[in-house]
Amino acid sequence: MFLRSAGRRFAVLYALMFGLSSCILAFSLWYSTIGLVQRQVEGAIRSDVATLTALAAAPSGGLAALQGAIAERLTAPADLGGIYLLTDDQGRRISGNLDAWPKSLTQMDAWYQLPVSRAGHASVALLRAEALPGGAKLIVGRDVEVRAELWHVLRNGLIWTGFLMVILGLLGAVVIRSMFRRMIRDISITSRAIAKGDLSRRLPLGVGEEFDELAVIINDMLDRISRLMDGVRQVSNAIAHDLRTPVTRARTRLEDASLHASTPEELRAAIDRAILDLDGIVGVFEALLRIAEIEAGSRRAAFALVDLTQTLWDMDELYRAVAEERGLHLRTIIAAPLPVLGDRELLQQAIANLLDNALKFSASGMVIDLSAQLEDNVVEIVVADRGPGIAPGDRKRATERFYRGEAARSTGGSGLGLALVSAVAQLHNGTLQLCDNQPGLRAVISLPTQG
Amino acid sequence: MRILVVEDDKDVAGFVVKGLREAGHTVEHADNGRDGLFLAASENFDAIILDRMLPGGIDGLRLMETLRAQDNATPVLFLSALGQVDDRVKGLKAGGDDYLTKPFAFAELLARVEALTRRGKTEGPMTRLAVGDLEMDLLSRSVRRGEQKIDLQPREFRLLEYLMRHAGQVVTRTMLLEGVWDYHFDPQTNVIDVHVSRLRQKIDKPFELPLLHTVRNAGYMLRAEDV
Repeated sequence: MFLRSAGRRFAVLYALMFGLSSCILAFSLWYSTIGLVQRQVEGAIRSDVATLTALAAAPSGGLAALQGAIAERLTAPADLGGIYLLTDDQGRRISGNLDAWPKSLTQMDAWYQLPVSRAGHASVALLRAEALPGGAKLIVGRDVEVRAELWHVLRNGLIWTGFLMVILGLLGAVVIRSMFRRMIRDISITSRAIAKGDLSRRLPLGVGEEFDELAVIINDMLDRISRLMDGVRQVSNAIAHDLRTPVTRARTRLEDASLHASTPEELRAAIDRAILDLDGIVGVFEALLRIAEIEAGSRRAAFALVDLTQTLWDMDELYRAVAEERGLHLRTIIAAPLPVLGDRELLQQAIANLLDNALKFSASGMVIDLSAQLEDNVVEIVVADRGPGIAPGDRKRATERFYRGEAARSTGGSGLGLALVSAVAQLHNGTLQLCDNQPGLRAVISLPTQG
Repeated sequence: MRILVVEDDKDVAGFVVKGLREAGHTVEHADNGRDGLFLAASENFDAIILDRMLPGGIDGLRLMETLRAQDNATPVLFLSALGQVDDRVKGLKAGGDDYLTKPFAFAELLARVEALTRRGKTEGPMTRLAVGDLEMDLLSRSVRRGEQKIDLQPREFRLLEYLMRHAGQVVTRTMLLEGVWDYHFDPQTNVIDVHVSRLRQKIDKPFELPLLHTVRNAGYMLRAEDV
């Protein structure tokens, strides 16, 4: 239950890691100081014992030689802290600087650390006893009082630092937990505000790299949501305003026919016209839904690698006949290959929309350019006409739903064509640019080859 | 033809049933999925017009899948208010032969249903098509009318082939766009009319009897007699 909070979990984890690393530090400190000294002393004693027993066992040696060697060691100018005691087979002291055999030293070949009295001076020594041939016994040791003091100092120090570390660890844990909560709090406060409908809020940056990364992702998502919301708002406004007109027209026609038509032919003609009006409205709905479907991005799941070369030649073939019929010259330059990761059907529709527009706004004798090429991993498809074009100030708004430029007001159309092209380009991570063709409109779809 | 209409909307169903009967077909109607499945499985039909969203626990897709699971290959046309690309793909994947989105023009529905049943019958290898004195050799990809050879562009050939395969039936502009160009949207420009009129120039212009007729408010029809 306690660990269900992520903040607490992080804090506990931190404290554990901190404690563990402190223990490792203390142990290695201990091992490399006290342990080292201890091992050195043990080594010295061991070699001393070996030398002395070898001497005692040697034919030229014996107890007398041993005695001499011990005396020599004890009278050496530098006091190495050596401790020796040699006893005979009765346990009587023969020589050495220990006053008596320590009572607790009972086993041969084992380490003892005991308080000893050396020449009347009380001290602590590390001792090792060795049985010699003939029943004599030898104790070799070293005074380790200095080491014992070091041991005390170090132990006390470690105990204190241990306390400090526990306190620091707990403190760190608390700090970490509160930091964690603060970071989360910013995100959760903002998210809650957004969930309540304030879509203008964004998560603050600068909290820390990882959290910033998360914040950037969430902010991107919010941008997208608000764009979609804008789209929805735009569409509902558009439905309220722009669809009212054709609905009114259809309704008026039907009512007029119902009130005033005098022959069945008149009535039928009015109904047929009203059906055409309704078909137009349905067409607008379908275009709106299609744009919404594209903007929702679900079509990305069906993306495949397509080469647009043949697609564009097919469009050229489809539209060339119409262009010729209207006395227009369609000039097509397509440089293969044109690989794009995308939805062929949608791209077809986008290009068809541009060609529809170009045909609609061109007068007899004009040239329409359709060209496509691959450059720097970007496929660029251009449809350019020599018609009235779009005024520079209107170009930004030209891709909004239902937006219709000055030149377009007198012609038919729903004002959804470029909105769809733009949506298709964006779905493919590309762009739709509208530029001046001097004169006319130059529409450029740029699509990255890898989507 | 014997056609089953599975549609729960009374107005739409009444309109479709009346129209199909006027066109000379025998029509059965079910207003829910359960009855629809029972009829479809127990009787023989030349075509089924199937709504996607149906009451009665069995929707159009389920009905379709159940039918196909029983090796029933009756051609099915989905008639649905679900018009997104995914919906169409789902419908065709489940075994549907065609997909028409509501609202629809009756002429379109009729043309598609009749095309569907024709498709069912003429399955199999065909090497020659003929309408009146117009002949198409699918192997040598040549066309002649009477004694005269007619030169066609590849796309014109495919357009004529489609019309000849559906000779005597109304073919709508959307059917041509889908069947000949593989486009699943309606361009704002009258592209199909232009291509059909070009084809007409080649196959009808020099001859006395026109074969390619325009059917008002519906589309085109290729047939030897006057419409």
